[in-house]
Amino acid sequence: MISTLDPGSPAARRGLSDISIRNLFIIPTIAFLIVFNIFPLIYSLGYSFTDFRASSNAPATFVGLQNYRDLLGDEHVWNNFSVTAKYVLVSVGGQVLVGFGVAMLLNRKIPFKGFITTLLLLPMMMSMVVVGLFWELLYSPSWGIINYALGLEDFGWLSDANVALYAIAITDIWMWSPFVMLLCLAGLSAIPQHLYEAAAIDRASRWYTFTRITLPLVTPLLLIAIIFRTMEAFKTFDLAFIMSTQETTELISIKLYRLAFQEWQTGPSCALAYMVLIMVLAITNIYVKYLNRAKER
Amino acid sequence: MRRSKWLGILAAATFALAGKAVLAADTLTILWAEWDPANYLQELVKDYEKQTGVKVKVETVPWPDFQTKAFTEFNAKGDAYDLVVGDSQWLGAGSTGGHYVDLTEFFKQHNVAKTMAAATVTGYAEYPPGSKKYWAIPLEGDANGWAYRKDWFEDPKEKAAFKAKYHYDLGVPKDYKQLRDIAEFFYRPNEKKYGVALYTDNTYDALAMGVEQTIFSFGGDLGDYSTYKVRGIINSKQNVEALKFYKELYKFTPPGWAKVFFLEDNQAITEGLAAMSMNFFAFFPALANPATNKNAKGTGFFANPAGPGGKPRFAALGGQGVSVVSYSKKRDQAFKWLEWFIRDDVQARWAELGGYTCNEKVLSSEKFRKATPYNEAFYQSMLMVKDFWATPEYAELLEQMNKRMHPFITANKGTAEEALNGLADDWENTFKKYKRYK
Repeated sequence: MISTLDPGSPAARRGLSDISIRNLFIIPTIAFLIVFNIFPLIYSLGYSFTDFRASSNAPATFVGLQNYRDLLGDEHVWNNFSVTAKYVLVSVGGQVLVGFGVAMLLNRKIPFKGFITTLLLLPMMMSMVVVGLFWELLYSPSWGIINYALGLEDFGWLSDANVALYAIAITDIWMWSPFVMLLCLAGLSAIPQHLYEAAAIDRASRWYTFTRITLPLVTPLLLIAIIFRTMEAFKTFDLAFIMSTQETTELISIKLYRLAFQEWQTGPSCALAYMVLIMVLAITNIYVKYLNRAKER
Repeated sequence: MRRSKWLGILAAATFALAGKAVLAADTLTILWAEWDPANYLQELVKDYEKQTGVKVKVETVPWPDFQTKAFTEFNAKGDAYDLVVGDSQWLGAGSTGGHYVDLTEFFKQHNVAKTMAAATVTGYAEYPPGSKKYWAIPLEGDANGWAYRKDWFEDPKEKAAFKAKYHYDLGVPKDYKQLRDIAEFFYRPNEKKYGVALYTDNTYDALAMGVEQTIFSFGGDLGDYSTYKVRGIINSKQNVEALKFYKELYKFTPPGWAKVFFLEDNQAITEGLAAMSMNFFAFFPALANPATNKNAKGTGFFANPAGPGGKPRFAALGGQGVSVVSYSKKRDQAFKWLEWFIRDDVQARWAELGGYTCNEKVLSSEKFRKATPYNEAFYQSMLMVKDFWATPEYAELLEQMNKRMHPFITANKGTAEEALNGLADDWENTFKKYKRYK
């Protein structure tokens, strides 16, 4: 027998309604988001149209689109964008190749599979600053193990302007391939075995099986991994800042940091931040379109 | 029972907060960078606590974040710090931004300009230059100097080989030409020995300091500090020669030396990598200490040598002055501490502990100059220091200099003329932006 409360009774009035409970759970989060996400977003948009400097007591003066014009006309900023684009391509491309490759290797019955998977996941659990610092030591021409192992003697991975960016990308690939591997492994494990059995019966080649069964079915998860990793690679700061200060490794996030917190050009740095935000949104939208198409298929 | 329990907890909390407030009232907080001199200062201020009962806490931040942390607090008008030992380049930003208390009256009352070394008053306290308005008390004198492997220099075989090749005796370089010869002589990559360790880090002022003292010693300059004229000065013939020279010295550094500041330059001596190493004097105590440098006995020090012709001779000014933060709620106490700090006996004690006093009497005394292996070189350096721009927009100027110099010196990009002409454009545009030109 289910006992029900009379809605008009004092007992019912003491309790919270479903709507109230829902609001109690949601309102603090929304308030937090508004205070720490929405408000700064709008406030900084306002600053992006001014010449405000946080280090001076002078009030902000409206300058219209001057900050955006100056940044778009600055060759250094374009250089930062092109360095960032190169970094994203190399780093994310490498993570996909390595992550997907390792996932393919792990997608079978092997001894100690769980233990091996756990070990492979360790890099992405480390702090990026710590990773940057010890890879800097690994790359050191004077006492680093990489040059010793490869017999490269005095080769300066991080001091050679042409190579430094790729050295940082290799570190990023080492650190984040496990993330891609994890998502791909989940996708690979979800592929129904009967598809492979049917392909085997029809004597399909391994390449055919890979391109017509494995890849299409893993693509949605692979694309999710690529979306996340692209957004993160675009925002990379710690690794590049710790490991190198070459012009050829100055990513856009480092430029933004310097503009905002070393030169205290608050207005222009807000404008640059918005330019970066728009770019990341645009790239993400492209990926999401492909993702939806892949899901439909 | 429940009610009295809550009352008890409330009373305890109130008492704890009141206690904290009382403690806070009797504690002064000084913000400084994280390095040995800050530890010495923390030791020194224990004397102040013994004498007055007021606790002084020295809070430190790693060098790369020091400027950001300090100015974030200033911009928020926070009262977390009562005093700050700011870099000399911050004077303009600190004073015009309203972050520093004007100490001109304090200077007059206590005759500080006469008791502190003239170069330190100009470099660490006065803004604008020549205005006789003061914003800090010189606290830690510093300049860019050199450590070297005295044992390598004194090796009879090395001396003979050097003499045979260069036709003069191997010794502390008297000018930049000799510095280059010695760097070349000791450059032996197969033996993992290199000629020289230089500053190349471009995240703050390391590279700029190394380059500027070379420029100064070649007879060049950064610009006219009173009119802000830079074209024709920053890209002068002497500056081009100086920049080319710094790049040539970079050839003799250990491999992978493109992002180097004080830590690595000291390691070049402790790990036996380089014959000579550039560094601020504040970092030399670690090299004179056998516990931190196994080559301490064989390590010597010298002041920046003269230009190629034997003159001029300059050293890049480092060092800091201590300023009273405008937003501090304990200004009176901060001033009392300053009065204590500038006393001759306290300055002597500061020097004993390892601080680089700016007190003229203590600095020039025989006792100070002989106190450590590097103090004599430090004393000589303080007589010939010269600084970077101290304008409020100094951080932009520094960033622009790093951007132009670093690729040329470490990555073979462009020519010295292009780098300096580009820098002249950058600095001129920056000064125009801030309406420095009348």
